[in-house]
Amino acid sequence: MDAMKLTLGPVLFNWPPGVWRDFYFRIADEAPVETVYLGEVICSKRLPFFETHLPDVAERLAAAGKTVVLSSLALVMNKRDARLVRDLAADENFMVEANDVSSVAHLAGRPHVIGPLMNVYNEDTMDVLAADGAVRFCLPPELPASRIEILAEHARRRGVETEVFAYGRAPLALSARCYHARIHGLAKDNCQFVCSRDPDGVSVTTLDEQPFMTVNGIQTLSHSLVNLAGDLRALRQMNVTHLRLSPRAGDMVAVAQTFRDTLDGVLCANEAFSRIVEMTPEIPPANGFFRESCGHNAVKP
Amino acid sequence: MTPDTALPELICPAGTPASLRSAVDAGADAVYCGFANETNARNFPGLNFGKEELAESIQHAHNKGAKVLVAINTFPQAGRTCLWKSSVDDAVEIGADALIVADIGLAAYVHRTHPDMRLHLSVQASASSPDTINYYRQRFDIKRVVLPRVLTLPEIAAINKEIDCETEVFVFGGLCVMAEGRCSLSSYATGKSPNMSGVCSPASHVRYEQNAVGDMTSRLGDFVINRFSKDEPAGYPTICKGRYKVDGKAAYIFEEPTSLNAVQMLPDLLKAGVTALKIEGRQRSRAYVAEVVSAFREAIDDHMGGRTPDLQRLIALTEGGRQTAGAYRKTWR
Amino acid sequence: MLLRPLPLFPLRPLLDRIVLAVAEKHPRLFRRLGEHSQKIYAIAPTDLPLVFVLQPDPEYPILEPERNLEDVSYDALVSGPFMKLMDLVEGRLDGDAMFFSRDLTIEGDTEAVLALRNALDDIDGNIVDDIVESLGILSLPARQAVVCYRKLRARASNDA
Repeated sequence: MDAMKLTLGPVLFNWPPGVWRDFYFRIADEAPVETVYLGEVICSKRLPFFETHLPDVAERLAAAGKTVVLSSLALVMNKRDARLVRDLAADENFMVEANDVSSVAHLAGRPHVIGPLMNVYNEDTMDVLAADGAVRFCLPPELPASRIEILAEHARRRGVETEVFAYGRAPLALSARCYHARIHGLAKDNCQFVCSRDPDGVSVTTLDEQPFMTVNGIQTLSHSLVNLAGDLRALRQMNVTHLRLSPRAGDMVAVAQTFRDTLDGVLCANEAFSRIVEMTPEIPPANGFFRESCGHNAVKP
Repeated sequence: MTPDTALPELICPAGTPASLRSAVDAGADAVYCGFANETNARNFPGLNFGKEELAESIQHAHNKGAKVLVAINTFPQAGRTCLWKSSVDDAVEIGADALIVADIGLAAYVHRTHPDMRLHLSVQASASSPDTINYYRQRFDIKRVVLPRVLTLPEIAAINKEIDCETEVFVFGGLCVMAEGRCSLSSYATGKSPNMSGVCSPASHVRYEQNAVGDMTSRLGDFVINRFSKDEPAGYPTICKGRYKVDGKAAYIFEEPTSLNAVQMLPDLLKAGVTALKIEGRQRSRAYVAEVVSAFREAIDDHMGGRTPDLQRLIALTEGGRQTAGAYRKTWR
Repeated sequence: MLLRPLPLFPLRPLLDRIVLAVAEKHPRLFRRLGEHSQKIYAIAPTDLPLVFVLQPDPEYPILEPERNLEDVSYDALVSGPFMKLMDLVEGRLDGDAMFFSRDLTIEGDTEAVLALRNALDDIDGNIVDDIVESLGILSLPARQAVVCYRKLRARASNDA
């Protein structure tokens, strides 16, 4: 059995361009991940800010031996969005990750990755997409272990790879509305890029002040941090080939190192789980989706 | 793609055979409904149709000149896709006029196994761009797309210029503010996935608590999602219509408990090239279905006959007594 | 105006016959209820000094009056004005709309209430007329109750 590979998902938040570039430079130099996904997934208006750094970052990552994959927009709403997706799909230099069906349409016939925001819930959908050139499927984060097992086995027999969302705030919803702007009393078209004030999103609590969700532009994520470090053995047995770590403000190199050490047998799974929890003691961990429970739950091994 | 002089089709919900008959009697051109299992996106207790019930209902609708569209619009679960496929086979066998599907794999199954069956792309596929719609059109020969409730009128008009299939839009009822079929909020709170099990905010996980002064707290799983003072209108216990705090301040951060009413935009929607107008609410009573359907029938007939429709009677039926034209007006965003 | 407080014992045989009649005439109702046919529902008109206890078991359906809610152990509680509850049973009103307007209050097992509401809604025609018809020779309290109900409903719709 091949060792599982680590990937770093695209930065979903709106980070200042310099911070964004430096983050990836450090990932290139220090993070033990094989593949890095780059690009704007949430809002096409953010792209111009860091676009200028994109070539440098891609080059640095490639020079460090990492495979760069460009991630496409998740919700294509207008002509600008559509053009962006078309241009991305036309880029022959990089593998592209499709996060919506329109990008799949443009990528047909060449190898590409299916991102976690695509609805791949069953073998039949996997077959249709694989026939069009999908070589890896990052499965929807809400899938429980029992379904992942079936899909990963199907993928193995088809000769394609399976990636599972293993760390980070779980993406939960997308909307035509920008909730970040709405929270600040602004219209989407005149948002003043308020999302850039929150490098880890805006925390949303219940009326009783129980932390619940995180708002990031048009996206809603979990408050808790998905942490499957305790489930690596199960994932490996299922023939899952890749684990995705989703960036957040914080030490992603340390997170990646902890996963790497666990995969290499240096750390035991329970210790890895706790070590990752200790990095952000104020945010609860979750593995509920994987463990067939409520997504926000942390089910003990 | 349809010229704006054509008569629009009125598509109405039915959760039970009785409400299907109500909808047909009230003037529905077509009724949409689903089987009583996980294959459709309104898998609520006590709702929906057995195969025989549906067969009888289709017969009844056909006798009265109405069509029946069967929604098999959740995402088949890996290892259990037979349930979805046999539902497709059943619907075809008993004479459904079209199938409404969202999943790529299931669309491929229908296209391959029942090539003559009319396919509609469900709103759950969240097909919001011409490229996406054309993908389904080219691959699976869909004849109609139910557009997501997130598009503006100009966007709908623009899409219609770039696709060669019919479009159907929601004009009344519940309003999903998230991209449909791409939302795991309910799954996060309850462990039941709307995409896989067909139920958002499952009643089994909803609790209402009243206190001594008449305030009502709505809970979904472990989370308080709203609290209403004594006489304040309430809404559905869905996360996207809940009230939360940001920086300690309470607000409806996604959407108020409101529902869609686009009756005033009827002329504009038809001008934008829309073929069919859809009413949400398979979970509503037959009294509601009869009322809304007849009001819309009248409004459409008035409009087509060059008269000004009376819109008042629809307002009382909206969630929380409040209504919005939704994303059709761009200010909503 | 309220119904004058009645002694409960004459109500018992009447409610028995009602629930049996409905069960016999509408077997599909129980199929729709599924597992929820074993649940105990407390139906509490806010303007009457009594509570109806319902267990819609297809074999042994139970509908009983109780004086105090405290004496009832229930899975789900539905409360609201008597007339509105009757309108709901008759499919004349929409349960969701009543809930939005706060005319209807639900506590306990929400799923059971939803199942019952949906199952009742599939009954064509008028369930109260069915009941009256099925009672044959009416007992005096039944006649009184139905006459009174009809009067009240007529008044309520005149007020509206």
